Amino acid sequence: MSQPLLAAGSEKSTSDSLLSRGSLAALDPRMRIVVAAIYAIVVVSLSDFAALGLALGFAFCLLPLSGLPIKRTLKRMIGMDSFIIFTLLILPFSVPGTPIFTVWGFVASYEGLWQAIEIALTANAAILGLMCLVGSMEPVAMGHGLHALRVPERLVQLMMFTIRYIEVLREEYMRLRAAMKVRGFRPGTNWHTYRSFGYLVGIMLVRALERSERILGAMKCRGFTGRFVLLERFKMQKRDWTFVALTGLAILALIAVELRHAIA
Amino acid sequence: MPLLELSDIKFAYPGHDPILNGASLSLEAGERLSILGPNGAGKSTLLKMIVGLLKPDAGQVSVFGETRDQEADFHDVRRRVGFVFQDPDDQLFSPTVAEDIAFGPLNLGKSRDEALALVDNILAKLALTHLRDRITHRLSGGEKRLVTLATVLVMEPEVLLLDEPTNALDEENEERLVEILSGLPQAMLLISHDPKFRARVAPSAYRLRAGVLTRED
Repeated sequence: MSQPLLAAGSEKSTSDSLLSRGSLAALDPRMRIVVAAIYAIVVVSLSDFAALGLALGFAFCLLPLSGLPIKRTLKRMIGMDSFIIFTLLILPFSVPGTPIFTVWGFVASYEGLWQAIEIALTANAAILGLMCLVGSMEPVAMGHGLHALRVPERLVQLMMFTIRYIEVLREEYMRLRAAMKVRGFRPGTNWHTYRSFGYLVGIMLVRALERSERILGAMKCRGFTGRFVLLERFKMQKRDWTFVALTGLAILALIAVELRHAIA
Repeated sequence: MPLLELSDIKFAYPGHDPILNGASLSLEAGERLSILGPNGAGKSTLLKMIVGLLKPDAGQVSVFGETRDQEADFHDVRRRVGFVFQDPDDQLFSPTVAEDIAFGPLNLGKSRDEALALVDNILAKLALTHLRDRITHRLSGGEKRLVTLATVLVMEPEVLLLDEPTNALDEENEERLVEILSGLPQAMLLISHDPKFRARVAPSAYRLRAGVLTRED
């Protein structure tokens, strides 16, 4: 799990080549966020099948480079697909046009089918690209990247505190749940269960509040006056620029394929 | 002139019986004292008063020879007194170890480079350099404790306040902690339920009973 996050583009320069496994993790997080955003915007504005297919292909190329577990990542992508599956199934029937076949008197049209395929390709290419470029990032590196990209400091700090304390809260929750379990608590559909979970949530809120006060106290003891300073300074390196050039070319290629009929 | 002097401190948490009832204590430069007493006797409360996180209902807190009363009086105290909290998770709030240690020096107005130099310096001194780039919440309990000590020592405090520093420490890390603390020049005020640890770090003691401190030697 622990990747060299300070190395995220700054201090340490490793000798791994651009194409080694998991090498996206070594690239500048700012650059990855910006590239991912541009890629996503371009992909959602494509409508040509060849261009969309190519975009999906590019995203698949990124997958082995991202260092993400391939099987689990694809499973997540399918998870996203299950949200849009009904739209995809209904589209061929709801869009009028040249009929393909009829189900219970409903006519499916080619036009609708194409639209469904277009949406499926767009969504998958965009989500896979985002997962590879941004999802592979340590949350902390992402916070630093967003800060460097001038995202409002408060939002970044909220995110950083969340990253920092979500595990502490989870552990507290697990401890309390375990303590309930060893006293024979088995959740069911009854008032005792609702009330007990109510107490659980309540006590977690109280403890979180108390903890936040202790943290503020500890921060004051170290001279905190209300301003945070993040240490990271990113510097674009040669391999970052190489990556920008490659993805830039890929994005231009997508646009060229999309517009090939208009140009020709 | 004592570094710290609490005289006749009275305090009650809102809605509770008084917890401190005329407690007095003084700590000289280089002196190391423990505070003994049962759970909930008000030992942590006492330490919090020294750095102004709590204000006494009556009595006087004087630190470095000056009476401290208002919030502003304590800004200077907090820079010069190092407080190690009971729960390391309360103290380590930054994402990475280096950032957490740099937090104090940056608050003292050091530049980024100066702060980083101090971070590397203190980590080397405590032989913790391997933890520099780690994410704070993924450290083990012992590592967290030693890092909290680094976050406090990097500010070069004149006094250390230690609240149950051996909490959740295994023997090996406790040994490290004793070694580090014994090698420090600072005066210390220690709260610990561990008699062996007390005997090695700060054998002289005050006992807190019924809201009053009595010297025990």
